[in-house]
Amino acid sequence: MPRYEPWNADRASEIIARHRHLEGATLPILHALQETFGCVPEAAVPLVAEALNLSRAEIHGTVTFYHDFRKQPPGRRVLKLCRAESCQAAGGDALAVRAEEKLGIQMGETTLDNRVTLEPVYCLGLCHSSPAAMLDKHVFGMLDEAKLDALVKEAQA
Amino acid sequence: MSARIFISRDSGALCVGADALATKFRKAFEQRSLDVEIVRTGSRGMYWLEPLVEVATGQGRVGYGPVQAADIDALLDAGMLEGKMHGLCIGEVDEYPWLKSQTRLTFKNCGIVDPRSFEDYRAHGGYQGLAKALAVGPEVTIEEVVASGLRGRGGAGFPTGIKWRTVAQTPPQQKYIVCNADEGDSGTFADRMIMEGDPFVLIEGMTIAGIAVGATYGYIYIRSEYPDAIEAMEIAVGEARKGGMLGRKIAGSQYDFDMEVRAGAGAYVCGEETSLLESLEGKRGEVRAKPPLPAHIGLFGQPTVINNVLSLATVPIIMSEGGAFYRDFGMGKSRGTMPIQLAGNIKHGGLYETAFGITLGELVDAIGGGTRSGRPVRAVQVGGPLGAYFPRELFDTPFDYEAFAARDGLIGHGGIVVFDDTVDMAKQARFAMEFCAIESCGKCTPCRIGSTRGVELVDKILAGEDRVENLIVLEDLCNTMKFGSLCALGGFTPYPVMSALIHFPGDFGAKRKRLEAAE
Repeated sequence: MPRYEPWNADRASEIIARHRHLEGATLPILHALQETFGCVPEAAVPLVAEALNLSRAEIHGTVTFYHDFRKQPPGRRVLKLCRAESCQAAGGDALAVRAEEKLGIQMGETTLDNRVTLEPVYCLGLCHSSPAAMLDKHVFGMLDEAKLDALVKEAQA
Repeated sequence: MSARIFISRDSGALCVGADALATKFRKAFEQRSLDVEIVRTGSRGMYWLEPLVEVATGQGRVGYGPVQAADIDALLDAGMLEGKMHGLCIGEVDEYPWLKSQTRLTFKNCGIVDPRSFEDYRAHGGYQGLAKALAVGPEVTIEEVVASGLRGRGGAGFPTGIKWRTVAQTPPQQKYIVCNADEGDSGTFADRMIMEGDPFVLIEGMTIAGIAVGATYGYIYIRSEYPDAIEAMEIAVGEARKGGMLGRKIAGSQYDFDMEVRAGAGAYVCGEETSLLESLEGKRGEVRAKPPLPAHIGLFGQPTVINNVLSLATVPIIMSEGGAFYRDFGMGKSRGTMPIQLAGNIKHGGLYETAFGITLGELVDAIGGGTRSGRPVRAVQVGGPLGAYFPRELFDTPFDYEAFAARDGLIGHGGIVVFDDTVDMAKQARFAMEFCAIESCGKCTPCRIGSTRGVELVDKILAGEDRVENLIVLEDLCNTMKFGSLCALGGFTPYPVMSALIHFPGDFGAKRKRLEAAE
């Protein structure tokens, strides 16, 4: 099942129209576009700029400022491992290396079969139960090697 | 009457399987033909006990935790639904020492109420603060908040009431209340807990702020890393609107106030208030120079109150109980209570709300129970990625804004991350610079360039390259960043770096020493 729709300018314009009435509509629009297409396609930038009466440079600047907005859709599942201090203190660094080895990719990369994108995240707010991770929108805490392995397996399935 | 059990839907409980557990309980009740209601609450903040299952009994709620699916049959057989004993039973939850020794004001209802139920919030004393604010009017409301001594819980510690007064004094025009829920500091989760566990208290606090300063609209800017909190707040805002507590003529008064939830997009710097405002306006999250203050020229150029989640969530109890009640807790200029968050390599990780003045050592050793790994505590970082690392020698420091500042640290948003003796402090110092380099908004040079130079310097020092000279340069760079940066990101990154260097110099010279030994 494909998670995201292929690029379609009409569909994009429809999404933009749905949010353009908001004050400071740029981020809500970009989030909605990414929700639909898996990323903020380059072709969407002029559409957003036109709708909000802003320059393409301004929209490009906003898109590229934020870590969330992608240029390409991610793999089928996105596995985010927390790399911030609390998780470092609880053995998160070793788990990150282990995940990279298991998946055969580095942080920020997607497996060749396009199943899993592995990303660092700087804090999920689960620091009471470090190390923590997020698979798509589901959270996991108190990770150890066995739990991480299970999580990687679930992501690959 | 059917029995009632409570299982948290806080993401801290979900991350250890609370959802699956609730499903399994439901099945078990069906199989046993038991009529039991499962209420999903927020968390009490005792995360080593999650998933914690609470049962309503005549003597209050009795808790069991941490419960795994495999424990369900044994628990039910043991008489869990009547609050009977079992190996996992912690007794009456309110009497549990870890909870009982706290002073829960901001977190009074967290873990107790159903965060999706407007009625439940009202039944637990919700909206009494707003009723009081409506009764006494805007001026008295502001003076009550000033009198409480409440200081911004986001980290800066600026008196909340003074901020409000400044906005109230601007001429009538469109004004805004902005809630900073961009809780990016590692080691903190209190904002998340409030939003997921007691969202109406935040809505009530924002509404009171709106009435007090003459603002009619509010935004809650929540980081995108918190999808559960975003959902919880959106549901609560909808419920409050349905209940007549948001929108036109709230609670039948003359005041209009409404709000909406906005999601961030993964930029740490947007927790800085002016950067957050830029982001809300749809721009790059670049920091603004101050003045002008957001109180004068804030969101969309209008006067704006921007407060942290905890500051706003504390306002209802200040209003309902009075500023003097709140001010009577605490020490020195740090009044009231602080929701302290125990994190990292810690045995009892969670939320501990207590009056200011408790020492760091009590928090880490007595309440936190030391490390989860069982090894000695070597360092704790207080106040997030921009906070100082404190060694055991400083564990007598009382939790207080001024006391931490006097020891070149900060309490920030109240997070404490514990490290055991395997930590390499030079690596942590390097990470602080690296994090600043990744997250710098790029507006000012000391932060944008300084952080990258900082990473290079730590690398050179660790490689033993002109170590003595480079340590001097590193200190000099830290001073440049501290005094020359526009905001706290560049300005406070020197805290973790310099504290690591001052308190743990050996970690920066280890490789050099090894080199010398080899020569």
